[in-house]
This record gives sequence, structure tokens and C-alpha cells, in this order.
Amino acid sequence: MSAQSTNGFEHATETNGSAAAKDVLLDVRNLRKWFPITSGFFRRTVGQVKAVDDISFQVLEGETVGLVGESGCGKTTAGRCILRAYDLTAGQILYRDHDRKMVDLAPLTNNEMKPYRQQVRMIFQDPFNSLNPRMPVIDIVGDPLRINKVAAGKELEDRVASLLARVGLRPEYMRRYPHAFSGGERQRIGIARALALDPRLVVADEAVSALDVSVRAQILNLIKDLQEDFNLTYLFVSHDLSVIEYICDRVVVMYVGKIVEVAETEELFAQPLHPYTEALLSAVPNPDPRMRRQKARIVLEGDVADPANPPSGCYFHPRCRYVQERCSQETPALREISPGHLAACHYAEELTLAGVTASGELG
Amino acid sequence: MESPALIEIKNLKTHFFLDEGTVQAVNGVDFSIHQHKTLCVVGESGCGKSVTARSILQIVDQPGRIVEGEILFHRPSRSDNGSETTETIDLAALNPRGREIRAIRGQDISMIFQEPMTSLSPIHTVGNQVTEAIKLHTDMLDDEAKEHSIELLRRVGIPRPEERFDTYPFELSGGMRQRVMIAMALSCNPALLIADEPTTAVDVTTQAQILELLEELQDEFGMAIMLITHDLGVVAEMADDVVVMYLGQVAERGDVDSIFHDPKHPYTQSLLKSIPRLGVSRNRQRLDSIRGMVPDPYNRPTGCMFGPRCDHFMPGRCDAINPPAIPLGPGREVHCLLYEEE
Repeated sequence: MSAQSTNGFEHATETNGSAAAKDVLLDVRNLRKWFPITSGFFRRTVGQVKAVDDISFQVLEGETVGLVGESGCGKTTAGRCILRAYDLTAGQILYRDHDRKMVDLAPLTNNEMKPYRQQVRMIFQDPFNSLNPRMPVIDIVGDPLRINKVAAGKELEDRVASLLARVGLRPEYMRRYPHAFSGGERQRIGIARALALDPRLVVADEAVSALDVSVRAQILNLIKDLQEDFNLTYLFVSHDLSVIEYICDRVVVMYVGKIVEVAETEELFAQPLHPYTEALLSAVPNPDPRMRRQKARIVLEGDVADPANPPSGCYFHPRCRYVQERCSQETPALREISPGHLAACHYAEELTLAGVTASGELG
Repeated sequence: MESPALIEIKNLKTHFFLDEGTVQAVNGVDFSIHQHKTLCVVGESGCGKSVTARSILQIVDQPGRIVEGEILFHRPSRSDNGSETTETIDLAALNPRGREIRAIRGQDISMIFQEPMTSLSPIHTVGNQVTEAIKLHTDMLDDEAKEHSIELLRRVGIPRPEERFDTYPFELSGGMRQRVMIAMALSCNPALLIADEPTTAVDVTTQAQILELLEELQDEFGMAIMLITHDLGVVAEMADDVVVMYLGQVAERGDVDSIFHDPKHPYTQSLLKSIPRLGVSRNRQRLDSIRGMVPDPYNRPTGCMFGPRCDHFMPGRCDAINPPAIPLGPGREVHCLLYEEE
């Protein structure tokens, strides 16, 4: 069943008109990351937390793909596996090299990974913990350049200065330490560091979640501008659907380690095909008090399933309002329902689910 | 028409005296909370919304203290003949460690916090913590208190409360812990529930559950809610009245509909423009952002706090005068010189 779903996926991108023009930059195939649960003196493995369990998706060159889900759904783990910050349990991470060849990053050793670490970079969530407090900005942003022997001395200083200017910071401040900057400015430093080596793919893990509302808009605009200037491809990991909608071209929705839905942003928000996506959309508070009484909020029962001990069949079935008997027995495969729109639900064709209409109402 | 005020805050100033200087965390705040209503205090980090809430309960962390102003609490009490009377207490004047304020905390006014893991004790069972509040404020016996706690846990939507009574907080999920906090806060049937970012640390589907629960409980118990949040979506869903704060001062206050559909203060206006909205931002125009950042608390601007970031900045006036409250209607006022009468 899983082989079929992968095929369906490739088919999806081929038939999609707008996508056909672009090349696949990243092709994640059957990615699994299980964390063992050990117990006792001999650290015997007694179970597995299936943080990411057999997910496949593609990222095209120049697009922004959103990875969305609630805490514990494996979105961050998936992002970190792509960067090879974690070793995979199984699966392939095919990445298109500068000379257009697809390379599988999964089996590479640390040394072999080195050239790719320049091309695949990360922006972290917490601008307070992700910058070394004992390093001045010039070292934080300049170290990737120095370590990879890209620049040194005066040239390095010039490169750092131009990077800082590009992300909206004053180059004169490069000798200051992180504590002298506010949260938004620190996030800009983190972005400058990620851009230092001229990357092609940037994994942004909750890059704006820790920021205040007014600053968040500045950073989101900056991230968008940089994409055009540097021809970047983003994998944008976030739990915030309104941010995802603003910044992403395509969205991958995850639930307890599995992908439940993939679609172009507009289609996913207007016409979700998986009941979990519908519930997620309906749970987002609408910033308009006049909509308050008009919308039927779907309140999900219970909590997110435990990835160490997931329910049988469809992982979402204990909380799903459309649950049928089949859902608790058979695990639904991720399959293509309409061109470019994939969902893992037995009844994706039959259900009529509510999305968000253009005026912000739930339709 | 308007339900009577429960809390009236007048010119509240709470300052923190640090070695580096004085932080004027709350600097002249006026607003009131009405009975059975939900008031949302919204603002960015550092605007003093949490300190205002903590000032009400006199639980401001050292070295902060209330330096000026009144917090009038119109405490509803039932006299012997059954008629409702209120007595008025100035909470700001009470000794933070005194007997009177301790009798009010948890009984008349209770509070739930952002991070339910750190605000629950990790070494006591859930039941132990819920019954403690009951036993402190009522003369119920152990058995009664236990029964009452189980009933409360059931009421806040905890499945199998008899079993959960003996579990420890780490065994519960974030949403369940927040429910335990709410059960504790409601144990003595308070007149006011202060909720400080109650859903910031939980997922969006859990947030929907918690907000729904708060609304139901308000209908049932009739308490007023003071909800502190930075999320304008939550405000729009929950509030009757809204106070927008910026850098220790009120920028604007009013009913929820006028704040969202007729915002007066330039800060409120740009705040509303800067949030991505589901469905609306799909046509992907750029977000309007507010330039600059919240100033450093040691270097507050002169005049209007929002002046340096404001698009309507009037040189010579906005940097000289700290705008007073300009009334626009009942319960509605704005602190901005643009609306000053000539």
C-alpha cells in the first residue's frame, strides 16, 4: 500500500501544470524516524516512539512547502532528519545537487555530508537559545564562512556586513553580543547565519512562533523577500495555520508521525479533504468578533494520540466525527484524490468538509 | 444596562526597582472589569499586561511593587437577610503578605497561568492540589472536599476523574493540566477569574477546547473573566470588552466590536493590519508591519509611548505630551492626541 502511495505522489507532481516547469529539489521517500524506549539496567528496548513513520513528499525548486501539525506530530523531527541532524531509521532523502544529479543524503557519513551542509541550512525557533551568548554577531554569522574556508579577514567582515544589511540590521553592530538585541533582531541574526553560505534549501522550524505580532509581520516579509533575492527554497515548519497560509505554496499536514493531507495552499484551505485538516482550520480563532456566532467550531474530543502507542487503523479515528467501522481496522493510505491533492482518509471522496472561504468565514 | 463594576483600576502604577534603573512596567492604567463579563487585555510582550493582573492579586515579583493608584474590588457578599450587598476593598492598599489579601486570593479572585506544568506542583497529586484550595477557604471535611474536587474535575472535562485524582501532573497532557488549573481556580466559586495566556502553550485544537470550556463555565458559574493574551484571534472569540496596552499604558479600550471594526489608536490599527488572517491573506499581499520594535524599558520615549513607531506622529506634540484619556463614549476611550478636541 505504501509503494502505491509513493507512486501516486510522483504522478501528482507530473500532472500538475504549474509544478511541471520546476525541478524537484528535495524528494523525501518513506522517511522513518523511530526513537527507542529503553528500560532497565541493560537499556533493553521495550518499544518505539514512531515520531516520523513512513512519510514521502517533494519540494520543488523555488517553492515554499509548509509542514504543519500539532506538537508531537513529527514535523520538527522530519525537518531535522532532512538536515541529517538525526540519523534516519529508514528512508531516502534525495536532494538535487548543483550538477542536477539526485543524491541520497540518508546514508552519507558526516564527512560526506559536509558540502551539502552548506546548501541546506536551518532557521531555529527560539532566537534566545539558538545564538551563542558568548560570541559577537560577526562570529555567529561569520563562522560558517570561516569554517568552510569561503572567506577570511577583511573579506569575511565585508560579507558579514552585507549580510546584516540585507536582513535589516546595522552592520556597525557586528561586534555586539546577542544580549544587546531584541527578539526580532536576534531572529534576523539567525537568518543572516543561515544565508551566509548561499544555501539552496532553508528549513525554517517555527521561525516566527516566538516573536511578537508586530515583529512577526516584519520577519515574514523579510523571509519572503529573501526568497526572491536568493532564489531560496523553503521548508517551513509551523503549527500556525495563518502563517502557513500566508507564506507557503504547498502544505503538508501531519498527524502522529504520518502525512494526512498534501495540497496547494489555496486548495487545502478552501477544500480540505481530511477531517483532521478541517478540525484544525476550524480551531483557528478568527480575529473578527462579528464572525463569532456564525461559525460552528469543531471541538475535537480528547488528546493527540501517543506516538509510542498509536490507535489501530487510522490514527485520527478516535477523535474523528465522521468515524466509520472501517476506520478503526484499516490504515488509510495517502492517495491522490484530485490532481495534486492527496489525503489519507478512506472517505475523502464522500465527505464534504468545510474550509475557509476567501472572506475568512468558514464555508 | 451595563452590569456593575467588579474591579475598578485607577491610575495604577507598578514599578520594578532594579540596579540598572526603575522599570515602569505599569504606568498609569485605568479600566474596570464588570460582573459576569469577559475583559481581554491585549498587547505585546513587555506591555505590562501580566504585571497589571498580578497587581490585582498583589503577587508582583520582587523587586516590583505598586507605587500609586487604586484597585477597588467591589466584593459581592450575601448578608444574613439574603440581600446582595457589596463591600469595597482597595486591593492596592493591602499588605501583600497580609491576612486580608490571602483570604481573597483563590476565593474571590483566582488565577490560571500560562504554563500548567510549572504552576502545578510536580510532587503532589492532582487531587491533593485541588482539595488544598477548598480546605483552605471553606470548612469542608476531607471526604466532602474530595467529593467536591472530583465533581470539579469532571466539570472541567477530565475523563475518569476518580482515577485522575491520584495522578501526578507529569502523567497528564498539557490540555489536561490546564483543565486541572481551571478546576483549582474555580473550586471556591470566585467572582473573578484571571487567566494569563491560558492557551499560549497548548496546541490550536486544545486551545479551542479550553476556550469553549471557559465560556461554558462562565455561563454556569457567572464569574467575570480577565483574559490576558497577545492573540487577537482569541480576543475576538472571547471578549466583551478589550483593553489594548502598550509599554505600560492603556492605548485604547472599548467593547470588542469597536476595537476590531473601528479602532482609533494608530497602534491598534497597525496591530490589526499586521496579523495574517485565514482566508484573507491568501491573495498574498505583503503584511503591513509596524516599523521598529518595542523600546527598551529603561529608555522609554518622551511623550506618547508609541510616537517613534507611529505613522501619524506630530513633531512637537507627540514627543512632548503623554496623551491623556480622551473619552469617546461609555467605556470607550483612546490615549492619542489625534482625537483631542480643539
